Amino acid sequence: MINVHIDGQRCKGCYLCIAVCPRKSLGVAAVLNKKGVKPVEFKKGAECIGCRFCATMCPDCCIEIEKE
Amino acid sequence: MEKIYAHPQSLYNVSSHYCAGCGHGIAHRLVAEAVDELGIREKVIAIAPVGCAVLAYDYWNFDCTEAAHGRALAVATAIKRVRPDNVVFTYQGDGDLAAIGTNETIHTANRGENLTVIFINNAVYGMTGGQMAPTSLIGQKTATTLKGRDPALQGYPLKISELLAQLPGVKYVERVALISPAEINKARQAVLLALRNQIEGVGFSLVEMLSPCPTYWGMSAQAAMGWIKETMIKEFPLGRIK
Repeated sequence: MINVHIDGQRCKGCYLCIAVCPRKSLGVAAVLNKKGVKPVEFKKGAECIGCRFCATMCPDCCIEIEKE
Repeated sequence: MEKIYAHPQSLYNVSSHYCAGCGHGIAHRLVAEAVDELGIREKVIAIAPVGCAVLAYDYWNFDCTEAAHGRALAVATAIKRVRPDNVVFTYQGDGDLAAIGTNETIHTANRGENLTVIFINNAVYGMTGGQMAPTSLIGQKTATTLKGRDPALQGYPLKISELLAQLPGVKYVERVALISPAEINKARQAVLLALRNQIEGVGFSLVEMLSPCPTYWGMSAQAAMGWIKETMIKEFPLGRIK
């Protein structure tokens, strides 16, 4: 089981992580964050293979990944 | 739970002032990760530039100082000579390193100072409003080249890395691009090598990073990555130069 933690308040909405996710598991949230952008969220029920592409790409270091 | 990707200890857990999709965030993280991996957080001294990264010391959790515009390598020389046991690096943009600081850059490299340079090339002046930089491409539209850079008026893109590589005092020069996970991993290795070189006393090492500026290129973050890949790399080829 792999958990992806995204700091939605720090996300600036560049969506570079969405573009690199090989499983298309990341999407745009419906609600704005404090910065006024729709942050990235991990899609419900989506799978993560732990490739770390999203965290490698994120310019704002918003993503942490944990493995059980 | 085991963290397979964790926030680097050398990077404060704060929001930066950089625009969405700016390459500075990626570059800051790569430097922080390299410092953590080498275990030199208590020994490293960074010199921030004037430019978008002027506030880098608000984000890095290690000792930093600030130099006058373009003079980061002169300050770095002094710090390294006074404190040779510290690991000293400068983090400079193209306006800082390749325009106003060309003099300091070339002479520090020519003296072969045992320093590390992280050079961010985004082909534009970001902080002041997107004006032409020495590294702007031919035909590139900026705030001061409205019809695109014309070599007859503004000259050619300055390849400072190739220029410095000719100097005998320069030991390592590599150009990387912050455009994809694979290329970012190559950039991480280049930063590690450049810092290791200094620890081992090899000499002047420089890593040039082609970095996106979506705001002043007038495109989305994703399109900016594509522009580097399709256009910028043709002018600034990647790989080890020396």
